Amino acid sequence: MKSRLTRFAASVALGSALVVGAGSMPASAQEQGGELRLVVGSDIPSYDGHIESTFGMIHPIRPFYSLLIRVNPDNPSSPTDFVCDLCVGEVPKPTNDGKTYTFKIRKGVTFQDGQELTSADIKATFDKLAFPPDGIASNRKAYFAMIDSVEAPDPETVVFNLKFPSGTFIPSIAMPFNFIYSKNDLDERGYTWHQTNVNGTGPFHFVEHVQGSHVTGKKNPNYYHEGKPYLDGYTSLIAPKMSVRLQAIRGGQADIEFRGFPPKARDDLKEALGDQIEVQESDWNCVLIVTPNHEAKPFDDPRVRQALSLSIDRHQGSEYLSKIAIVKTVGGIGFPGHPISSSPEYLEKNIIGYSKDIEASREKAKALLKEAGHENLKFTLHNRGVDQPYKVVGTWLIDQWRRIGLDVEQWVQPSTPFYATLRTQKNFEVSLDFNCQAVVNPIADISKFLPSSGANYSYFEDAELESIYAELLATGDEGKQRELFAQFEKRVLNDLASQFITLWWYKINPYRSYVKGWKIAPSHYLNQSLENIWIDSAERKKQLGG
Amino acid sequence: MYTYIIKRLLMLLPTLIGAAILIFLLLRLVPGDVCLLKFGGEGSYADPQQILQCQQRLGLTDPIWQQFFDYMVGFFTFDLGVSMWTSQPVAYEIAIRFELSLQVALMATFVSVVIALPLGIISAAKQNSWIDYLVRTFSIAGIAMPSFWLGILIILGLLIGSQAWFGRPWMPPIHFQSFFVDPVHNMSQLIWPALATGYRYSAVATRMTRSAMLEVLREDYVRTARAKGLIEKVIINKHALKNAMLPVITIVGIEFAFLMGGLVVTEQVFNLNGLGKLFVSAVTQSDYTMTQALVMLVVAIFVLMNFLVDIMYAWLDPRIRYS
Amino acid sequence: MTTPDISIESDRLPQRKSVLQHIGSLARKQPLGFAGGLVVLAMVFMAVFAPWLAPFDPEQANFADMLVPPGSTSEMGEGFFLLGTDQFGRDLFSRIIYGARTALLVGFTAAIIGSCAGLALGVASAYFGGYFDLILQRIIDVFMAFPLIIMALAIVAIFGTGTEKVIMAITIPFIPRCARVVRSSALAVREMPYVDAARSIGYSSARIIFRHIAPNVVAPFLIMLTAFLGEAILLEASLSYLGLGVQEPTPAWGLMLQGGAEEYAESAIWVPIFPGLAITIAVFGFNLFGDAVRDALDPRLRSQ
Repeated sequence: MKSRLTRFAASVALGSALVVGAGSMPASAQEQGGELRLVVGSDIPSYDGHIESTFGMIHPIRPFYSLLIRVNPDNPSSPTDFVCDLCVGEVPKPTNDGKTYTFKIRKGVTFQDGQELTSADIKATFDKLAFPPDGIASNRKAYFAMIDSVEAPDPETVVFNLKFPSGTFIPSIAMPFNFIYSKNDLDERGYTWHQTNVNGTGPFHFVEHVQGSHVTGKKNPNYYHEGKPYLDGYTSLIAPKMSVRLQAIRGGQADIEFRGFPPKARDDLKEALGDQIEVQESDWNCVLIVTPNHEAKPFDDPRVRQALSLSIDRHQGSEYLSKIAIVKTVGGIGFPGHPISSSPEYLEKNIIGYSKDIEASREKAKALLKEAGHENLKFTLHNRGVDQPYKVVGTWLIDQWRRIGLDVEQWVQPSTPFYATLRTQKNFEVSLDFNCQAVVNPIADISKFLPSSGANYSYFEDAELESIYAELLATGDEGKQRELFAQFEKRVLNDLASQFITLWWYKINPYRSYVKGWKIAPSHYLNQSLENIWIDSAERKKQLGG
Repeated sequence: MYTYIIKRLLMLLPTLIGAAILIFLLLRLVPGDVCLLKFGGEGSYADPQQILQCQQRLGLTDPIWQQFFDYMVGFFTFDLGVSMWTSQPVAYEIAIRFELSLQVALMATFVSVVIALPLGIISAAKQNSWIDYLVRTFSIAGIAMPSFWLGILIILGLLIGSQAWFGRPWMPPIHFQSFFVDPVHNMSQLIWPALATGYRYSAVATRMTRSAMLEVLREDYVRTARAKGLIEKVIINKHALKNAMLPVITIVGIEFAFLMGGLVVTEQVFNLNGLGKLFVSAVTQSDYTMTQALVMLVVAIFVLMNFLVDIMYAWLDPRIRYS
Repeated sequence: MTTPDISIESDRLPQRKSVLQHIGSLARKQPLGFAGGLVVLAMVFMAVFAPWLAPFDPEQANFADMLVPPGSTSEMGEGFFLLGTDQFGRDLFSRIIYGARTALLVGFTAAIIGSCAGLALGVASAYFGGYFDLILQRIIDVFMAFPLIIMALAIVAIFGTGTEKVIMAITIPFIPRCARVVRSSALAVREMPYVDAARSIGYSSARIIFRHIAPNVVAPFLIMLTAFLGEAILLEASLSYLGLGVQEPTPAWGLMLQGGAEEYAESAIWVPIFPGLAITIAVFGFNLFGDAVRDALDPRLRSQ
């Protein structure tokens, strides 16, 4: 497993290094000082990482906090390279047959208000995350189902006791949402205090947040990672429109955006500013899923669903859509290129809708529809009112379906009613849905396709799928895992066509070239502490003047 | 006069209460609520138990009449509550955006008056001449052009123009700084939306100035002045303008009230953190408390402005008071 | 001496003039209104004959020709993109032509329904008076004070997006505005002796309203109707721009300004320019036309 993963990591890293050696500068060149201005496309619902799941909170707030362990900031493209943040030494190996993890905690770490961090704070944080008291929300509870108890035997030790050995424990602990809070704050100020207040141990200290406008942070002078952060501070500017974010980078009002722009935008920036713009790119652990409602006729008929999947030309879509949207890679249900995921060649031969002979596929689709008695089917595609990539992909899908004679209209709803339709109203025919995770962890990520997962909105039941997944979770053998994974994929995409994949997202980050030291990860949630970033002030002056 | 004022004030109450009921009902008709969005907004797994807890905490599971009662009590005691989305007090959220919206509204009104007055007067004085047609074309074009399109063109023009002239592209700042903190930053951000909306709103004011002037120019005393041989300039400046001002002031006042809450689209284009943008996000996030408070604020500004206009008319024209 | 006489004569007897002369004199007397009328006619023509005028299918994506500049020929062989293409390779010219259909559909439906409902409410309110009038007017107060775009946002949030919902969102705020204006005109008519006479003879309310009051409020009604047309087109564009209006792939001008149009504006400036121009010219035309109607109907503003 290790060797394959390393190879995978190397290949992803190569993909991102294609552009520029952003991190290849010698350490001595790192300059201290300066302010970073980043633009964020989403508002901040609250500062509480334990209940939020949006990058709109991660990008401005994550630098104020620390994690117990994290994705290696010097190698963020690897899905298995985790390093200690608040713990010391290596990430611990499990003992007691994989059921006990013991972390040694760093000494001399202080919160912004001066309190000293101890293991009790870490215990309190994970207790809140895994066992929230009645009435207190934790959006991460499901990820920590394996935790039996957390102990803090002394101020420098934390012990996690698991109910069963689990390969997803370490990736779950490393999730960027697991901000470490002070036990004192939780006890004295209550469990909801962190929604509207910040007190962390991260590389930056919170200065101010003007709602809807910006967040500012300044350097934490007592930060425990030696010599960091390099920046004096940063401002995170909120700009919901992508065009504004793009223009802000072009027009010198912002330096970087961490979510991602479509390729055309990158090319435009490059053309206008030449080498004043640097770009990093990576595959992205997010995908839009077509979700037919099995309770709505005729989408209860697998033939109809298969026909919908068959008529989509994913290969041509990848070629053309990747010019205008933040999607690119053709893949199955698992993150493309991950050792457990299916290869493109395998998909092409074995999974419906992945063949390169699109004419044949479309003929087959028409035949299936005819057989099902729905030749000139008319339906609405339910979509979310977000441009990139929802509406672009939706418009593309409709065009694909038109080519086999289907008449499809788009029904777009703002986020709230969109999710209400998926979850409670259930009055849609076919909808787009979204699977997007932080740490790449395909076995956990594909639980989305499981009818019992609670996040599957195609409304069906399938005992076989459930049993394959249960077996997959329980096995530790790599070969067996791959086999079960492929079996699960075939069941979802071929036999049931219960849901199907569009194109995987592709992350492109163009930014001002005086921003140095940042490395792209396969997720816009990861590697966002900003502590490695520094600014080349001479270059900045050259580009922006003054 | 006082009885008239009190009577008019009392008539504001039903409007305010009606608006309160209307927005309350409209919001409850939107499927879904803020909890659904918060706990599954990114498509992730959402524990129904947690969604329920969130709904209970925010009072969304209370019977509808109970929710309405709480809202009404808050409304009459000026307690706007806490935003369901950010958990910050609604009054605070509104306060931090009010300065920007007020400033843009003032600047845009100023631009619109500066454009409208001279154009309207010239247009009336030279009625049906080519100048009149030119002015009317210019002002109707302002109202025909979508303001967001004008905004897009302004930003594009700035980016392209600055690159051509100074060799480096520039766009206006995208976050607000108070005029009293950083006047240069402040003005370089707000002057563009003020120009775009000011031009748009000048159209109605120009038309109003023109027709008010035309009407006044036809009145007896102006004819008399003309007959007396007074030169046109004096007639217009001394006699006509003063009397034509009242309807113009009215329309400018009402436009100002609209500008305070109506810049929804322009704020998107220029990324202004004003009340309009807050409105859009509050509605799309199903933030009931915030949307209700904002609607009531805008409605209150609007009815108060109308009230002031009425009072002014009544004060100037005693017949109105007794009808 | 003779020339002015002839002109007076021909003014009195317009039937003697040819149609062309008639149009010519209209164009001289009301040049702006005439221009507006032409724009309106051109739009109607575009909307009706869209399938024959448009060189391409407006909804068919054509990935080989994405964002090509105006005046290019298609990579796929046949075809010429007069105004260039958008990010899906769809011909902008064809989308603008078909967009006129959406604009007119939304504009006319919203304006006609809005002003007719307003007419009915306004006349009824004026005729019946009393509590009915009082309560109705308070309700109208509420709707008038309610920010129009917020109303539209709420309606879209409740019922979802799409052409019919957009029409509904635009129509509802029009009704009270028209009702208010019609009511004040109708109030003036109500006190006229002939209405009293009709009432004393024992004519039914419906008959009095339709026969005697309604014709007299036609002028304000038509003024509101024409004013609403341009406004509805603008509102539709604003809602679509906010992503809450008509949805892809339906061709609609406001929608064409959203998304890709802004992101790629710097390298593909034709994408935001042409739909914006289409909206501006259309609304401009409707406004000029509306002004002309108002000048003709409102005696106070009639040229001396």
